[in-house]
Amino acid sequence: MKIGVRVMPRQDVLDSQGRAVERSISQMGMKISACTVGKYIVLDFAFHNIDEAMSEAKKIADEILYNPLIESYELEKL
Amino acid sequence: MKKSGVLRFPGTNCDRDVFQAVENSGRKAHWLWHEDQFDYQDFDTLYVPGGFSFGDYLRSGALAARTPVMKSVREAALYGVPILGICNGFQILCEAQLLPGALLKNEGMRFRDEWVDLEIQNPSSHFKESGTLKLPIAHGDGRYFIANDGLKKLHDQNQVWMKYRKNPNGSLEDIAGVMNEAKNVMALMPHPERAIFEWMGSQDGMGFFT
Repeated sequence: MKIGVRVMPRQDVLDSQGRAVERSISQMGMKISACTVGKYIVLDFAFHNIDEAMSEAKKIADEILYNPLIESYELEKL
Repeated sequence: MKKSGVLRFPGTNCDRDVFQAVENSGRKAHWLWHEDQFDYQDFDTLYVPGGFSFGDYLRSGALAARTPVMKSVREAALYGVPILGICNGFQILCEAQLLPGALLKNEGMRFRDEWVDLEIQNPSSHFKESGTLKLPIAHGDGRYFIANDGLKKLHDQNQVWMKYRKNPNGSLEDIAGVMNEAKNVMALMPHPERAIFEWMGSQDGMGFFT
């Protein structure tokens, strides 16, 4: 069972990557009001039970995949 | 005689310079590999050198902060062993939560490689750094960040170690180095090991290794 972890910069933290990409998009002549760059991590578990997989994914995310000072995350079943 | 431990992770690349700087000052240096643990009582200082540990994957310092050797570093920190993080070492100590805050991509996304002037805000009792320093920087993720409540605490407890005179990376309040509450764990983004002889351009880094 696969669980996706979407890690995004917190809104109160300046996202310099997002800002740079936003600038390039504008320079290419396309219009957007904002761009944020995060990352997506896929965890593959041997569990067949979604609750088990989600709770293990949460534990992994909390311990290593995100830094609460600068990021937030969301889990989803794939 | 106690030794200075120099940590090594895959991708660390300032380790030899740090090792050499320690030995040049007449002290004994000893390698500490990331998979090994050690007895903190054998060491009088620990250095976490710069580089790109684990290729900066996930977040700079994130994977290194969770290696076996860091369990021993954590214990050493608790027992008051002086620990100095340099550049990626700063990122590792923050990720290990041995220092407050985080280091983000430089403002403007540029890798900055140049000399900077620094001012000591709160001197450390473990390293002989002078009040103003000229040291080189070389980093892409050097923008120090901490939320408001953390920043207040940093000031209240005199944990801001040094600041840039001219901010090269968008670092919050020009912060270049911080210390923990107990003042035995400290780190800076500039590289003192690259400035230990006058012919290198400055010898202001020597005091970090004596």
